[in-house]
This record gives sequence, C-alpha cells and structure tokens, in this order.
Amino acid sequence: MLVFVIRRLLVTVPVLLAASMFSFALIDVTGDPLADLLVQQPPPSQEVIQAERERLYLDRPAYERYWLWLTGIGGNGDIGLLQGEFGPSVQGPAFDVGAEVAARMGVTLRLVAAAVLLALGLAVATGVVSAMRQYSVVDHTLTFIGFLALAMPTFWLGALIKEAGVWANGQLGTTVFSTIGASAADTRGMDLWERIADAGGHLVLPTVALMLTGYAAWSRYQRTAMLEVLNSDYVRLAHAKGLRRRTVMRRHALRTALIPLTSVAAVTIAEILAGTVLIETVFQWRGMGTLLVEAVRTSDAYVLMGWLMLAGTLVVLANLAADLLYGVLDPRIRYE
Amino acid sequence: MSETVRDGAPPPPRGRLRTVAARFARHRPAMAGLAALAALVLFAFAGPLLWTWDHTVSGEIPSSAPPGPEHPLGTTSAGNDVLGQLMRGMQQTLKVAFTVTVLATVVGSVWGAVAGYFRGWVDAVLMRAVDVLLIVPLLVVVAAVGGNVRGGTTWYGVALVIAAFAWTPISRVVRGVVLSLREQEFVEAARAAGASHARIVFRHLLPNAAGPIIVAATLLIAVAILVEAAMSFLGFGIQAPDVSLGLMVQHAKTAAFTRPWLFYPPGLAIVLIALVINFIGDGLRDALDPRQAMVRS
Repeated sequence: MLVFVIRRLLVTVPVLLAASMFSFALIDVTGDPLADLLVQQPPPSQEVIQAERERLYLDRPAYERYWLWLTGIGGNGDIGLLQGEFGPSVQGPAFDVGAEVAARMGVTLRLVAAAVLLALGLAVATGVVSAMRQYSVVDHTLTFIGFLALAMPTFWLGALIKEAGVWANGQLGTTVFSTIGASAADTRGMDLWERIADAGGHLVLPTVALMLTGYAAWSRYQRTAMLEVLNSDYVRLAHAKGLRRRTVMRRHALRTALIPLTSVAAVTIAEILAGTVLIETVFQWRGMGTLLVEAVRTSDAYVLMGWLMLAGTLVVLANLAADLLYGVLDPRIRYE
Repeated sequence: MSETVRDGAPPPPRGRLRTVAARFARHRPAMAGLAALAALVLFAFAGPLLWTWDHTVSGEIPSSAPPGPEHPLGTTSAGNDVLGQLMRGMQQTLKVAFTVTVLATVVGSVWGAVAGYFRGWVDAVLMRAVDVLLIVPLLVVVAAVGGNVRGGTTWYGVALVIAAFAWTPISRVVRGVVLSLREQEFVEAARAAGASHARIVFRHLLPNAAGPIIVAATLLIAVAILVEAAMSFLGFGIQAPDVSLGLMVQHAKTAAFTRPWLFYPPGLAIVLIALVINFIGDGLRDALDPRQAMVRS
C-alpha cells in the first residue's frame, strides 16, 4: 500500500513538472506583469521601471526565470518553489505571497470541504432513492432536478442565493444570513465558539451554491450505479437467502454502487475548485478564488503560477485518494 | 478504457443511420430539446434583424425602465434594451460554444485516434500530454490565460482559448474506442489491402467511432457555454460594449430583487440552452451508444 502510494506520487512528479513548464510559458507569453506600471499617470521614471523589472526578475530570459522560479538558485531569496517561496508579486515587496496563500487557503478549503461533504451526502441519498423507485414520480423529479443543476451557472445561482439572503434579512429586520465575506468584519473579542459559529454562519449560503456543481453529476452517477447493482444476480441471491432488505441495501448493494462515484468525485473536485473562484467572487470572500481573480487582473505571474501548481497538486491528491478508496470499497482490488 | 463499441464495428451497415434516427425520435425530451434549440438559435440570430433595438446604448432608450410595450424586457440604467442585449448575448455565447465544439472535437478526435491506433510510445507521449493539460481545472486555466491578455478579447479569441484546453476529454473517449476498433477484422483487411495509416485512421477508425464522438461533442457544447459565461462573468471573456450572457449577469448581479428584469433573462437563457443541449446529448447517447444509456429500460 505504502509502496503503491509512493509509486503513484513519483509518477505524478513529471506530469506536474511538465504542467508547470507549459503554464509558465503560456503565462509569460500572454501577459506582461509590468503592464499596469507602464500605463500609470504620471509615467514612472525609467529607473523605477528598471528597478521593478529587476525585482520581478524580468530582466532575465524566460528559461532562466523558470529555473529560478522552480529552484530559487541565484535569486534574492524570495523565489524558488522547491524552497517554499512563491516569488515576488507585482503588489510590491511587502506583499508576501506565501503568507497570503496560507491565510486564504484555510478559508477556501473550509468552503470546498463543506460543499463536497454536503454534495456527496445528498447525491448518494437521492441516487439511491431514485434507483430504488425507478420511473416513479420521485425518480422523475430528482432526475429533472439533476438535469437542471447540471445546466445551472454557478455564479448566477450564487448571486441569486446571495440576494435572496439579503432580501430575507431585510424582511426579517435582522441579519439571519451572512452574505459578505468568510467571517465577520471584526472578530476581536470573540471566543473560540463564537468564531466557529460566525464562520459557520458565513459558510451556509456559499456552500449551498457551490454544492450544486458536484451534486448534479454525482447523483446521476449514483443512480446509474445503484440500478446496475440492484439488477445484479448477487443482490437477488442476497434477497433469496432471506436477508433483511435493509441489510441487502446497505451491506451488499450500496457499498458496490459507491465505487464508480469515487472516481467521478475525484474528477469533479477540479470543477469545484473552479467553482470556488466564482462563489468567492459573488460572496466577496478573501480566499484562493479571489486571489486568482486578482492575480489575473494584475498579470501577477508568480502568484498565478503558484495558484496553478497548488490546484494541480490538489487534483492529483484527490485522484490518489479515490484510488485508495477503491481498495476499501472493493475487496477484489489489492495494491501490491 | 472501458468504452467498447459493440454494434458498429464493421463499416456501418446500410440503415444504421435510420435506426439511430428512429431511436432518437422516440426519446421525447431529446426531440423537445432539438425543437427548443432550433427556436433559440433562430431567436439569437434572426431576432436582431427584426427587432428595433440592438445591444448598444441609445439616447432614445429610457434608463432603468421595467418591462413594458416599448421594451418587453425592460432597459438597463445606462440605456440598453434588454431584449436586444439578450439576443446579442445569446448569439455571442452560441457562436463561442459551437466554435469551441468544432475545434475541440476535430483536435481531440484526431489526437485520440492517433494515440489509440499507433499505441506504444506515440500513445504514451500523446496521452501524457493530455494528463498535463487536464491537471488544472478548465475554467481556472482558461481564465488565467484569457484574462492575462490585455485589451479586449473578441468572441473568437475566447473560443480559441477555451478550445485549446477543452479537447482533452474527447481525445480520451476516442482513444478508448479506437483501441478496441483497431483489433477488429475490417482494420486488418484494410491493412492487408495496402491502406496507409492515414487512410485507416480517417476512413475506417474515425467514422466507426462517430457515435461516442457525437455524444461527447454535444455534451461539450453545454460545458463551453457554462465556461464562456463564467469567464465573461469574471470579466476575462467578451468585453463591453459587446455583450455576452455572462457579462449581462455580471452587470446585474445585485439586481435579482430590485430590478429582476435585468437579472433573470440572461441567467435563465444560460440554463435553458445548457439544459436543452444536455437533453439532446442524452437522447443521442441512448440512440447511438445504448450501453452507456443513463436511463435503462
């Protein structure tokens, strides 16, 4: 098992490396980090531009810069991914990308975890109900909701949910739903429980909006998988043996029907990451999603690179987790 | 790769197309979807020719007027006719989506077919490249690249950027199908008859993989629409004074309860187009690829 994990991780290293070279070249070609500085009014002096160019290492050729970005050898100590430094930002020397990412990552992971858990739970439940009552009114309704969710633009639904929260607050005259930010503007003077309650309250509406991305795909896969299992011989045998219906469903059918879902779930994690960009924009969170938007807007090349690498690593880890879950769910799979 | 083609191995027998068409016609949601899509396309492309106002600001248009006889969907605060904007927005969105789908399907199919046909190191190199492209979420990489380009982006530029990253799932599907097709007798016969590699790939393998390709391409249209809308919403896609559905939502994002006529039309239009295309895709899947059917009878 450990050998399998290590081997899988080693295989992904060259893929991540190739992805980093590709993205680096692409970002380098498409954007100029100095663009905002050059159009400033009044125009900055030549020395200022030159100093900024040196600070961002733009005076070096692209291949040298890539090597520098990766290893940090020959830099000023603020660059080198392998040394844990993301590189200088166009926001100025005081802007520490690593600290910013660390602060924002927790906020975003909180949102992603809540959305994934809620979506998985709902998808499994509705998928199983749909399959057990195939072609009933419930099944048709759930299938239609699934189709609708699949066609729903995350940002539009998010904006609708947010405005609904604002409207409800206005009707009730108090703030029932938090609609802006990941936590209250001022958390000083709150004890731990109050902080948790505050963060949880801010999590509710964005989670509902983000959840739909995963739910739409997963519930339909769960239904198909469950149908396949329910029509299989071994489930019929389990019934014939006289096992209780609930035992058959939980121990025999559901466990097998969860296997396809794990691989789909790992793939959809990537889409949920993309969804956080939209949802955080709508709800004005200071998370990784809005960091990406700001970095793109300012052509902040090193921040963008760091973001893409973190997202890529997360996707790789999600796939690995799915592979390991297969082993738990399906006793026929062994990792040598 | 578990995709296998069971019925259509040898060159499609005469009448297969008719069978597929009949099976598709029996799929009621898909037929309704097809009719609705035709209506939507007509609305987006012929509508602007008939309607008085286009998507631009006009001094004769009152500001922030609710829907009325003059402006059936109301007006924006700047003085745009929302119906005119909606037509233009749908047009841009559909143009992007169809362009993405055509480009991505061609590239993805050829890429996957070459990988599956030659196998060995060609396959390894081509599919590792796909792994590399798939590692970052589509919307993120498209926003990062598209938004990085300074100055306005045209709908064609947006389509090119999305297509550049959206073809990878299709290549995986096609590779899987071709891997099983290449072992069959008709490919061996073609090879024995002296057909070149190119001829085998383009005349024998790809036509027989048409079913899964069409299904994947249809579903890609819906993905492209949602990605384009999200890109424009973030401000990295089509730029004002031009409009797209995502940009309209961006401008109206706080108006859901105050000026609903600005908020609902673009959002519902996106939902409707994507929904209709998913229905068509589902019907095509049932008709072309019965084993992958989501609904089992």
